[in-house]
Amino acid sequence: MAHSATVDAGKVHPARTNRRKKDRGRKEKWEWSGLAFSAPYVVMFLFGTILPLLYALYLGFFQTKMIGGESFAGFSNYIQAFTDPLFWAGFKRVSLYAVIQAPLLVILALCAALILDSGRIKHIAVPRILVFLPYAVPSVVAALMWSYIYGQDYGLVGQVFKLFGGKSPDLLSSKFIMFAIMNIVIWGFMGYNMLIYYSSLRTIPDELYEAARLDGASEFRIAWSIKIPAIKGSVVMTLVFCLIGAFQLFNEPNLLQSIAPDAIPSSYTPNMYTYTLAFKGQNMNYAAAVSLVAGLVTMVVIGIVKFIGDKWSDND
Amino acid sequence: MTDTTATPTSASNASASSRSLSRRDKRNAKASQRNYKNRLKQEKGPKMTRGQHASSWALHFIMFVMAAYCIIPLCWLLFSATKSNGGLYNSFGLWFANSKNGGFQLWQNLVGTFSYSGAIYGRWLLNTIIYAVVVGFGSTVIAAFAGYAVAVMKFPGRKALLAVTLAFMSIPTTIITIPLFLMYSKIGLVDTMWSVILPQLSFPFGLYLMIIYAQQSIPISLVEAAKLDGANHWTIFWKIALPLLSPGFVTVLLFSLVGAWNNYFLPLIMLSDRSNYPLTVGLNLWLKMSGDPSVGGGLPDSYIITGSLVAVVPLIISFFFLQRYWQSGLSAGAVK
Repeated sequence: MAHSATVDAGKVHPARTNRRKKDRGRKEKWEWSGLAFSAPYVVMFLFGTILPLLYALYLGFFQTKMIGGESFAGFSNYIQAFTDPLFWAGFKRVSLYAVIQAPLLVILALCAALILDSGRIKHIAVPRILVFLPYAVPSVVAALMWSYIYGQDYGLVGQVFKLFGGKSPDLLSSKFIMFAIMNIVIWGFMGYNMLIYYSSLRTIPDELYEAARLDGASEFRIAWSIKIPAIKGSVVMTLVFCLIGAFQLFNEPNLLQSIAPDAIPSSYTPNMYTYTLAFKGQNMNYAAAVSLVAGLVTMVVIGIVKFIGDKWSDND
Repeated sequence: MTDTTATPTSASNASASSRSLSRRDKRNAKASQRNYKNRLKQEKGPKMTRGQHASSWALHFIMFVMAAYCIIPLCWLLFSATKSNGGLYNSFGLWFANSKNGGFQLWQNLVGTFSYSGAIYGRWLLNTIIYAVVVGFGSTVIAAFAGYAVAVMKFPGRKALLAVTLAFMSIPTTIITIPLFLMYSKIGLVDTMWSVILPQLSFPFGLYLMIIYAQQSIPISLVEAAKLDGANHWTIFWKIALPLLSPGFVTVLLFSLVGAWNNYFLPLIMLSDRSNYPLTVGLNLWLKMSGDPSVGGGLPDSYIITGSLVAVVPLIISFFFLQRYWQSGLSAGAVK
């Protein structure tokens, strides 16, 4: 690096555009202090992510018996986890949840972003911050708040139904609980996704629209044929985030469980199932195996979606 | 586009002495073009066709419904926190309770919430602040160090660090929570405040943002010039890099603070001693207590609701005042 410094310091160009090439071109000395600078992060990352994963992997290979203590169990925990009906029931539930919730959330947020970007709305900053505000609410507090609002007799929903002379359905019954959870999550994340789309819409050059307008394209046509294809990448990214959230669902059902224990069993989602196993069942070895299998299955699903999504967004 | 129109004017003044002049011309050209555009817009305004009027009305309506959907539950929370337990059930959710139903009780609710059960709520609020501040500043400083190194220095393992960060950026932390619990209970860290703080100190998304910000804002030439003057990386980091990085630093800090403030799963599984709980876990405990008549001991719902409001207010205020940083963090994530 010292060599290139002498060359570089003379002419002041602001960016590092050619840095990569230069690195390759010259044999340069390592800057060992870089290790020191990244050491705190690396240590924390090892301690907070990598080692726990390895330890869980190790635990999964053992079993603890009342008599005899810990013994090597081979793959039996992992095989049992892969064929655990409670795990797969939870997995099916979150899959159904994901298939409905993720597209709904993306479409609503996309509509909001397109409306903001249409230039037809006055005082854009006001709806923008109002729609984003729920993102500030911790998911637990959001679930808590909505659980009161859903109340059949005294909640806001119940009151509105009463106003029109009806009786609201029990939104916390097993029939509606999934939609009740979906609504809480959509409420929390619509504004977040909207802002992501909105900031990528702002990067599209105006000329594209002007040309289309000259050709007589309607605003809807422009939104559909120019704007949405231009932000495909963001749409795929948020869709992946939605799916991750769906498959990792925990906070909302865990909180609602104390109000609606009949509608939400302890194995409602894969995460709730592993939580129950680790915390209440005391079978640590099996909990470790299930948590890794659940993580693995989630990663595979996300990988597939990302692969398809990337293909779709590159496909022009 | 602005460049093409501006070049003729600046080219005509291209003598060495008139650099500032030509720059001003460029600016003027840009400004006049902006005026022209605005005029175009204004001219277009009144001439909207009837169809355009209708669609514009419809767009306002849809936006209004969406904003109402987002804001009504928060209004409900605000009104409900002012009610007595009776008022909560007997008055309309989106207005104050009348005096027959207990009237305006916000102050009494706050006092009740903070003094209930040996003032445990205040302890939870303090814990939440400690977790958020330690995790927020800790993880941001750690990410700033590593981000600076990845962006500016060439050291063994740099590429590996970058690759692992990208890979783990979108992996949800919940996948790691159960393994964390298993390992930390083995080494006896469970049920300490450290068990909540340590795992959150490495924040892959924060590091990713830091690398991007560092690459955009720290000119390599400046670093190299400083090195020629005999400065080492430690000095360069504090004197040159960190001031340049400060907007990015605030953004990452904000994301990290809010993430720690809102965290629920990790403290829920790690902590069993109530006096270590953050607000999220504490409120969940209260909800459980109020639902269970045998343990409840007269915990009114109005305390839970007031407690929820107090937990949300600091974040909402930060959203209003720090919008700029939120925007920049989100758009940096979006262009990836």
